[in-house]
Amino acid sequence: MKLNPMKFVPALVDGDAVIGDSYAIALYLEDKYPQRPLLPQDLKKKALNIQIASIVCSGIQPLHNLTLVRFIEQKVGTGESIPWVQQQIDRGFTAVENMIKGCAGKFAMGDEVQLADVFLAPQIFAAVTRYQTDMSNYPTLARLHGQYMTHPAFEAALPDRQPDAPSSG
Amino acid sequence: MASAEAPAARPILYSYWRSSCSHRVRIALNLKGIDYEYRAVNLLKGEQSDPEFMKLNPMKFVPALVDGDAVIGDSYAIALYLEDKYPQRPLLPQDLKKKALNIQIASIVCSGIQPLHNLTLVRFIEQKVGTGESIPWVQQQIDRGFTAVENMIKGCAGKFAMGDEVQLVRMLPYYFLSLYFLLLNT
Repeated sequence: MKLNPMKFVPALVDGDAVIGDSYAIALYLEDKYPQRPLLPQDLKKKALNIQIASIVCSGIQPLHNLTLVRFIEQKVGTGESIPWVQQQIDRGFTAVENMIKGCAGKFAMGDEVQLADVFLAPQIFAAVTRYQTDMSNYPTLARLHGQYMTHPAFEAALPDRQPDAPSSG
Repeated sequence: MASAEAPAARPILYSYWRSSCSHRVRIALNLKGIDYEYRAVNLLKGEQSDPEFMKLNPMKFVPALVDGDAVIGDSYAIALYLEDKYPQRPLLPQDLKKKALNIQIASIVCSGIQPLHNLTLVRFIEQKVGTGESIPWVQQQIDRGFTAVENMIKGCAGKFAMGDEVQLVRMLPYYFLSLYFLLLNT
């Protein structure tokens, strides 16, 4: 808890810097390691990246976090969290789909990976693998999911590639 | 006779008076001395679902900022945009660790507290669990977040959260304290 008093992962220790929260870590890495920037110089495009990241961080993910899902399962009833989560994902994905229709290329904001992709990829992955989200409603996001699954940096970050993932068999 | 140049249009802030997300941006604009036009979006009347507003923010949330040809939703994105576009009275320090701490505290509010007492969730709990059941839930979320922030700023707080200058953590104003006390007293 000294690393993250909110008792959340991730937390990053970089020398004498100790940072919790994926947003704070991503922006810290952007400043400290400017190679391969994730945010464009153009202020409007930068703002769009941040806005999409925020939709994930504040508008979707907290509304299916473990605490809330358990609360709903216990207080409302078994299985009741599923329609709730699906509604939150649908709201967020519908908004992002509309926002990137005009600018998506190979990736969300064009042909280069940007911060929006970093935040969208795990959310789409979770929606597909854990919440049975029908991605046909969000064709751009569905296509991006395919891109992320074949990009080396994204592949190496997948949950089942991590040292603490349960081993199969 | 030379005509005067037309003044640049003021940024327009779409806001609801009681929305804490809008409140954050109002503070940021005021601190930076930015004159802006206030346009109210009545959340209780559902004005956030008006097609015209949805063009500004497809998530149907306030705040939204229109600044020339820039259209930005989300208080975080707006705050960081203002920080770049209007560098007077900076809200983020140069030191990377202190900057990260500001962002982390802002994230605790934006992701760890406020969404867990937004109107949609509170209504859901009130309808599905029972009248009044949202209050202990909200109190727990606020307590978790406030306890974390209290521990994080103990070592650096001065007149304000991060010292003697107001920084991005102004997102934790008296609003949350008053909401907390309101809930306790309800």
